[in-house]
Amino acid sequence: MLSLLLAEGHGGGLIPAPVRSAIDRLCDPQYFLPLFFVAFVAGLVFYRKWTQPKVAGGIALAALAGFGLALTNHNFLEIVERPDNIPIVGMLGLVAFFTWYSLRLAAVNDERIEKGEGPIEKTGSNDRVLVWPDLVFSEFIALILCTVLLVVWAIAVKAPLEDPANPFKTPNPSKAPWYFLGLQEMLVYYDPWLAGVVLPGLIIVGLCAAPYIDFNPKGNGYYTFKERRFAISAFLFGFLNLWVVMVLIGTFLRGPNWNVFGPFEKWDVHKVVVLNNVNLSEGFWIGWLKTGFPAWFGASPANGSLAQAGNVIARELPGLVLVLLYLAVPPPVLASTVMKGFYKRMGFIRFNLLVFLMLSMMCLPIKMILRWTLNLKYLVAMPEWFLNI
Amino acid sequence: MAKTPLDEIRSSQVWRSIFRHGYPDTERNRTLAALSNIFLHLHPVRVRKSGLGVRYTWCMGGLTFFLFLVETITGILLMFYYRPTGDAAYNDIAALRDHVPLGVMRELHRWGAHAMVVSVWLHMFRVFLTGSYKPPREFNWCVGVILLVLTLLLSFTGYLLPWDQLAIWAITVGSNMARATPFLGHEGPGASALSVHGLPLIHSSDDARFGLLAGPLVGEGALLRFYVLHCILIPFVASILMAVHFWRVRKDGGISGPM
Ligand code: HEM
Repeated sequence: MLSLLLAEGHGGGLIPAPVRSAIDRLCDPQYFLPLFFVAFVAGLVFYRKWTQPKVAGGIALAALAGFGLALTNHNFLEIVERPDNIPIVGMLGLVAFFTWYSLRLAAVNDERIEKGEGPIEKTGSNDRVLVWPDLVFSEFIALILCTVLLVVWAIAVKAPLEDPANPFKTPNPSKAPWYFLGLQEMLVYYDPWLAGVVLPGLIIVGLCAAPYIDFNPKGNGYYTFKERRFAISAFLFGFLNLWVVMVLIGTFLRGPNWNVFGPFEKWDVHKVVVLNNVNLSEGFWIGWLKTGFPAWFGASPANGSLAQAGNVIARELPGLVLVLLYLAVPPPVLASTVMKGFYKRMGFIRFNLLVFLMLSMMCLPIKMILRWTLNLKYLVAMPEWFLNI
Repeated sequence: MAKTPLDEIRSSQVWRSIFRHGYPDTERNRTLAALSNIFLHLHPVRVRKSGLGVRYTWCMGGLTFFLFLVETITGILLMFYYRPTGDAAYNDIAALRDHVPLGVMRELHRWGAHAMVVSVWLHMFRVFLTGSYKPPREFNWCVGVILLVLTLLLSFTGYLLPWDQLAIWAITVGSNMARATPFLGHEGPGASALSVHGLPLIHSSDDARFGLLAGPLVGEGALLRFYVLHCILIPFVASILMAVHFWRVRKDGGISGPM
């Protein structure tokens, strides 16, 4: 109904067309993700400035106004208004709000700590209050609010039900449930064995390992940023840059054939995107050395499967070496230079686990940058064994 | 002072057999209120003032639990009307939409599930930013991580049950990852290494995805499998872990706070 009221007649909406197409272009992940990262870093560096209620309120108002204006566009409204996408819009608002709120509390506490007053949580921290009525009361309020919200939501928005399941009719695009769209978006850069199995596994392992890796005794039980810069930056980077924003891209910016569409762009099934990505081995042997792939173990397939395997490995040697160096060099180098203090306090195993997890986390942005700048498809391409990296 | 009818009820044998304390307006009775009620006794009798309430915890863990209860109740009601078979599933859901005036059970269940995913993320976010995973709460953080995974899996398995296009294709996309599992998926690296005398052990009809879907594709076998996972197995495991989680919150000294 909303869409009828607003968009019927002038589908373009209130935002002028040149601005819209500029936004559409900026929403291409190769610009959007770096821009978001810059904003993220600035947000952490200046966390005391922008979290002040007046500044943050201004930012929030501007964002809301922009969102409101964007809603007047037919294509934007159509995607935001889908029943299953409404929670994602809500999620983005909540994540933004709570990121602000926690950094605000941290900024206030950090100032107090500098003045020697200790975090707010400490004032009266030995005061214990009775659960009945103090806690039960606020739980009760939260429960009522949540119930009201849920009932209103349930009355206002019908749960979607599409056509009956038909295994012969693939919708385009086919999307996983929204909370897994970050993983589906990762499929653009890595094959399923990494994006769908190994990396998610490492997220779980990494989360479980966090308390055992973080040796910093400070900042236990109160909001602070200054006392835990490394841990909080790493967590927020993973959660915001690599998870929430990837969900956002997968939901709102990926259309038919998993092509990128700007928020104001029509989802055109026939949009053609030229893919001329190359593998590292092609670039290395054919583009650079101009020798063609090596056939060190005999050129003809008749030489048996072992020789063939040898040739595959020889072909992918550049990528294999790079990957091995990526995993093997940083730990000792970091341990003896910038992270010397970490290494001393953490010991061999914990330190190596930390660096390994950080490297696994960084392998996504690194692959993205390689894709955007060098059109790299695979660092290691062994489709023979489903082993592409 | 004359006894009001309310006082009569309060002093009756029936009332006093249920509530073993007077009206909770004295310290003693408030303590008893928390201690003698099985639900309230999830809490300690007293909590740190700083750990109380909205500013510090955002109530997110509590809301996650509340949403889990909402899902349980609405889910049980939905189970009265839903049959997990290829013929019936879609029609049962459509009937809920078409023949139940003002029906909101499915909506409550679906939106509640989305909300629970969001609230569990935000709960983890708050726990991380307050450093509440630090000693002595490391283990409870790990229990939480498993609960996070279970929450996502609950939502994922439920996504299939309406048996519409949205459902089977979302699950197809999601479960296709499993065929790329290293060694155990038929398109995973290393799978071809698992062979006996040149005969591969891992095929599309016995790999990790097959185990998940009870077939090489999302079909009726997957529907039944996901139904049982969704309604019985995962809620069962999650409930046990939640009990552990809440127990540990108390045993680790209550909600965290500065030393
Ligand atoms: C189904 C999911 C979950 C439920 C129902 C749940 C419930 C709760 C509740 C009610 C509390 C009390 C304090 C509060 O409300 O914040 C709590 C505390 C805690 N939760 Fe969870 N939780 C869940 C998932 C998680 C996850 C995903 C994590 C972390 C990865 C986690 C880690 C913790 C920790 C470490 C505490 C202690 C916090 C403190 O002492 O300040 N929980 N949880």
